Amino acid sequence: MLSRNEIKNILDKIMDISTADETEAYVGSHRSSLTRFAENRVHQNVSEDGVHLSITAMLGKSMGDASTNKLDDESIKKTVADAIEIARFAPPDDELLPRLSPQTYREVRSYDPTVDELAPMDRAQAVGEAIRLCEENGLRAAGAFSDRSGSGAMANSSGLFAFHQSSGVNFSMTAQGDDSTGWAGKSSHKRHDVDPGSLARIAVEKSLKSREPKSIPPGKYTVILEPAAVGVMNFLFGGFNALAVDEGRSFFAGKMGQKVLGDNITLISDPYHPLHQGSPFDGDGVPTKPVILIDKGVAANLVYDRLTAKKHGVEPTGHGGGGRNAYGAYPSNTVMNGGDATLEEMIASTDKGILITRFWYMRVVDPMKVIVTGMTRDGTFLIENGEIVCGIKNFRFNQNVVEMLNNVEMMSEPVYSGMVVPAMKVRDFNFTSGTDAV
Amino acid sequence: MKELTNLALDTATRLGASYADIRIIQTKYESVSAKNEKVSGIGKSENEGFGVRVIANGAWGYASSSLVTKSEIERIAAAAVDTAKASATLKKADVELAPEESYEDVWRTPFDKNPFDVPLETKIDLLLKINAEMMKVKGIKVASSRMGFKRELQFFANSEGSFIEQELLRSGAGYSATAVGEGDMQIRSFPCSHGGGALCGGYEVVDELPLLENAQQTAEEASALLRAPSYTEKVTDLILGGSQLALQIHESIGHPIELDRVLGTEANYAGTSFVTIDKLGSFQYGSPAVNVVADSTVPRGLATIGYDDEGVQAQKWDIIRNGIFVGYLTSRENASVIGEKRSRGAMRADGWQRIPLVRMTNISLMPGDWTLDDLIADTKDGVYMDSNKSWSIDQKRLNFQFGTEIAWEIKNGKKNRMLKNASYQSMTPEFWNSCDAVCNEDHFVLWGIGNCGKGQPGQTAEMSHGAAPARFRNIKVF
Repeated sequence: MLSRNEIKNILDKIMDISTADETEAYVGSHRSSLTRFAENRVHQNVSEDGVHLSITAMLGKSMGDASTNKLDDESIKKTVADAIEIARFAPPDDELLPRLSPQTYREVRSYDPTVDELAPMDRAQAVGEAIRLCEENGLRAAGAFSDRSGSGAMANSSGLFAFHQSSGVNFSMTAQGDDSTGWAGKSSHKRHDVDPGSLARIAVEKSLKSREPKSIPPGKYTVILEPAAVGVMNFLFGGFNALAVDEGRSFFAGKMGQKVLGDNITLISDPYHPLHQGSPFDGDGVPTKPVILIDKGVAANLVYDRLTAKKHGVEPTGHGGGGRNAYGAYPSNTVMNGGDATLEEMIASTDKGILITRFWYMRVVDPMKVIVTGMTRDGTFLIENGEIVCGIKNFRFNQNVVEMLNNVEMMSEPVYSGMVVPAMKVRDFNFTSGTDAV
Repeated sequence: MKELTNLALDTATRLGASYADIRIIQTKYESVSAKNEKVSGIGKSENEGFGVRVIANGAWGYASSSLVTKSEIERIAAAAVDTAKASATLKKADVELAPEESYEDVWRTPFDKNPFDVPLETKIDLLLKINAEMMKVKGIKVASSRMGFKRELQFFANSEGSFIEQELLRSGAGYSATAVGEGDMQIRSFPCSHGGGALCGGYEVVDELPLLENAQQTAEEASALLRAPSYTEKVTDLILGGSQLALQIHESIGHPIELDRVLGTEANYAGTSFVTIDKLGSFQYGSPAVNVVADSTVPRGLATIGYDDEGVQAQKWDIIRNGIFVGYLTSRENASVIGEKRSRGAMRADGWQRIPLVRMTNISLMPGDWTLDDLIADTKDGVYMDSNKSWSIDQKRLNFQFGTEIAWEIKNGKKNRMLKNASYQSMTPEFWNSCDAVCNEDHFVLWGIGNCGKGQPGQTAEMSHGAAPARFRNIKVF
């Protein structure tokens, strides 16, 4: 992995040799490894090392981009020249903003050096234990154990320099039976936050408990969504893009300041949350600010790229994609408030409902109403009179996510599951058809 | 290049590999995009690297790097062997490969016009003209157009004596108009959604697309959709246009016949397949009107190659014949599971960084003998749907739901009112068995899918699906 100084030296070199009016560049390095298993054996074991260089050159109000994965002097010179050559042909854009001046960034702790110490045999050992647990229970293990680390920085000819280093470990496993499956997974930037053994036990337990699944009719049910399933609310987030609102392409167009979700819902974009520790700057180098998106159900704030912010006379929020700012901003590192109910309490409080481990193949059906379709998967259970009574066959749902977030009755403490989200009990979740697929 | 490939193979075999292969790949990209009256992106990118795949102690290992030097090749070959030995501690049986001849060959995508030689101004000018046409239509808030080109030069060598140089060239273009009304947004795309039309070939692929000619109609349809009604849920007859049918083929035939998926390798990701190996040769996948062919040799197909990423020659073979399931997509490792002596050559990797997986080649529904006009005239009560907007299928490839950009109601043999937000849902075998008519060769188009995802770590592949419109009876449409 390239160090901060190594990256800075390369970026300084680029700024020295570029003859463009303004120059912006990104240099990054990464490595990743993954051990993949299925049918109780390792069938793929891979690793990758790579670097990346991208350069944006501005000649007046014209912009050109070029990139490469080579960092030798000749490749750097060629890529700078390519970017400048492209800028010569690009029509001028009066709205193109000058590159950002130097900024100060908050510290995030997103790199754990012990991740880089993981070796193929370490992954094999953990995978081996997961496989043995499945075999002991007459199940088949499938999954992946991966680790990665990377460093990167952007700089520009105005003197901006923004560096970020991160690591990641991910273990996910599906325990397959003849007529049931169970899944568990976790990722973290810290190596020892991910315990393959405990995840394997959860997956096995779900698979065993959902054997001989019953078929129940589709319809509206109270559901208890484990945090992995709460990911369905992801489809709401593109609507917080101020540019999409301006273009009328967002659910939130015309609704800012209005109560749109339940008053128990507060949603924030916050890379500095202890469970995120994400990048502290965006594609333009703007320091990312925590933004309250939904405040007790009220559509409170949007996220702004530099150009849309300028048009509105506000400060950019640090969620932009950079470049020409043609597509606006996106709220990453989302955190949802939770509650103080436990999963067990939610189950105990439910007369009739469905406990859902996760959803799969979710796609938006209506982006303006935020209607999403997808499948239940890997541990779907019927709850009756406060207890899990059996596994059930999987469903397809068609659910309006806005309505869903108006129907949340209970929530747990939030945990990291891609986003920081709680488990939640939701009434009237809409299942439209069933399947025999496990 | 042979010096480098030999170094990798020699290092791997010296360290204990019983099989090794290496791919050294140099890739060049160019993309141009425009949004409304402005260029939204112009970029060129170059990428080089290599990956070494080995079998050691009976198991697979793979390592890759962007640094193409002798010392790095030695290091990576050794890392691949180490990884294989770690895999071997958790194997059930040794990997065995179906035999394939060794080849020393060069194969290149045929093309007329090198897209990288076409001036940027020509490309920018065309996209801005297309957008300008679309922006003239009332209600259009976003006009978005793009074109992209990829040239991949791969050197493949293996420890069995193959050395294959292969140059693939892909070109494509397309656009979409987004109309915005009161609380509503509708999109129409041309020539299809998901990024546009793409084929293997040069800039002639773009020249041949009637892009500017269709810009106004595309925008007018987007605008008209704002005023169109939605469909009330009904079980009815469904005619799918070619580009929507291409995605239908992709999700409900292409993916389920990937033999590695059938054997469980994707269980932790996209799932498995209902097309279990006991079904080969006997399962009624569709009606007798359904004939599906896999073809890695079809001119201009996005998955058309000389050799796959295991060095197996490109082939053409039946998947569904008169409705009966007869063929899988296979690799050298899994062909023998279904009693085949040779791989079908369906292994492809997304660049040097990724290990080859069984991927769809070009998979097409063979044309029938109807004209579209006759098919519509023959339909008393139904819906015609085209251009995919949303797509979802379950983890065994059974229960699916697709939505399209546009639809028309058919009443007594005539298309009448336009419909918006139409979707349909069915189960794969019932759906294909309900197919009673496929349009003829005149309507057959090779549609491109440029964003097919599979694997952990994730990989993207491109392929084409040939399709002419077809009718399906008694499908839930809503």
